[in-house]
Amino acid sequence: MKHMFDYYLTTIKIAIQEQFQYRVTQYFYMIGMIAEPVIYLVVWSTIARSQGGSVGGYTPEAFAAYYLVWTLVRNMNIVFTPYGWENRIRSGWFSMDLLRPIHPLNNDVAYFAGMKVVVIILWIPIGFVLSLFFKPDLHPAWYQVIGFFFAIWGAYLIRTMLLSLLGMITFFTTRVGAIFELYFAFELIFSGRLVPMSLMPATVQQIAVFLPFQWTFFFPIEVLVAPMSAQTMLAGLGMQLLWIVMGWVAVRIMWKFSVRQYSAVGG
Amino acid sequence: MLYLALNYLRVGIQNELQYRVNFFIQLGQSVISLVTGLIGLWLVFSHTTELNGWTQPELLMVMGIFILMGGVITSLIQPNMTRLLEEIRMGTLDLTLTKPADAQGLVSIREFRFWSLTDVLVGIIVLSYGVYHYPGNVGITQSLAFILTLLLGSIIIYCFWLIITTTAFWIVRVDEIVNLFQGVYAAGRWPVGIYPRWLQVGLTFIIPVAFAVTIPANALTSRLTPLILVGTFALTILFIIMARYFFRKGLKNYSGASA
Repeated sequence: MKHMFDYYLTTIKIAIQEQFQYRVTQYFYMIGMIAEPVIYLVVWSTIARSQGGSVGGYTPEAFAAYYLVWTLVRNMNIVFTPYGWENRIRSGWFSMDLLRPIHPLNNDVAYFAGMKVVVIILWIPIGFVLSLFFKPDLHPAWYQVIGFFFAIWGAYLIRTMLLSLLGMITFFTTRVGAIFELYFAFELIFSGRLVPMSLMPATVQQIAVFLPFQWTFFFPIEVLVAPMSAQTMLAGLGMQLLWIVMGWVAVRIMWKFSVRQYSAVGG
Repeated sequence: MLYLALNYLRVGIQNELQYRVNFFIQLGQSVISLVTGLIGLWLVFSHTTELNGWTQPELLMVMGIFILMGGVITSLIQPNMTRLLEEIRMGTLDLTLTKPADAQGLVSIREFRFWSLTDVLVGIIVLSYGVYHYPGNVGITQSLAFILTLLLGSIIIYCFWLIITTTAFWIVRVDEIVNLFQGVYAAGRWPVGIYPRWLQVGLTFIIPVAFAVTIPANALTSRLTPLILVGTFALTILFIIMARYFFRKGLKNYSGASA
């Protein structure tokens, strides 16, 4: 246990130092990334105003709060991409990772967790500027702030499991681009990434209940943005935990079957 | 240079034609992004009847142009720019610079992704559907203005891509730059007029996107004034000069990483 802890701590430290060197490029990345929620925000604020001030219970200021928190949640749930899996499997680099005495997934989880520290520090000024302009309607209770801290890490872990599962498909076929795209389209619709789930048609909301996606976007955002009782919040965090455990089990099973397929293409 | 470009184009097509399955994969991806786009549009119109004065068929036209232009970017512009980024990083740009042709011209014509033209096709279909349901009149003048502004828009986008690629001479990481461009381009899915003025001014980044997608849509829906048309011309020329200037300045800074 202790050696795992040390490993995580060291990898996190390395990630922080490495990523902090590339501040300018990190900002490039962030500007590109922040364009997405700003676009949604502008579109939905325009609609809210044309509908007499609100749509589906959301005022422009409520949308501003939603999409502002969105930017932080999105930063948190950026994990090792399935395209990265594709790359390391297709190119054969993965052979090196397999030689390590611990499961390669540990490195992905730890490294990206370290990156979050840099990302959050760099996000703060952007979040500040955005909130100056969009005037978000945001006043969470104290327990929501604490809950939010756990919810974003929950989202991070769930998405890590999901995207690792997706990435491992590359063990079986190297033509995975379209599968990934399909996954991201699903996620966009069922997670609250596109719009708050309450604006979605009832059927979509009903299906979303059975899927893990909304626990990576909608729930963490709502923890901070919406008025929520401590009880509901804890139940939600429990759901996140459940999905993390299920995801972890699925990853283990998938790993067992898929890594046998690995043939070190080009390695 | 034109002869050279045609040759590269021919080689590019021949290369891609070897991998026919890629066409279906590309088609699958185009369909997925089309469907998500349509769902977004449908969501908007399930809550309102018009968006800042743009009706549903008009927004479909905008979306069609967005997809069409996206196809042009991913088949002709982006592959060249990512290759340039990669070569600056690796230092292999040396090999290109020693060739007698104009460097900027050469780095802009070497790659061609034939199958990405699927998006051009999909875009045209969406656009035509929008035009078909558009109650207004789309005549010869509008069509000509549309083609002209579309052409100017793609030149602006190319210059814009080249300018941000040029930053790689100073800061070298590829993924972030691609992500930056794609994020900014995504703004073109909606008419630029809906963005608040401070954002249009503050994020001058949006400007090339506006000219690439919204202005042609303006042309089709009779929103284009002669003044804007002249302005587009002027801006295109400005962008060409800027791109040229930045590229040269970047080249001077290039020292060849590993060669």
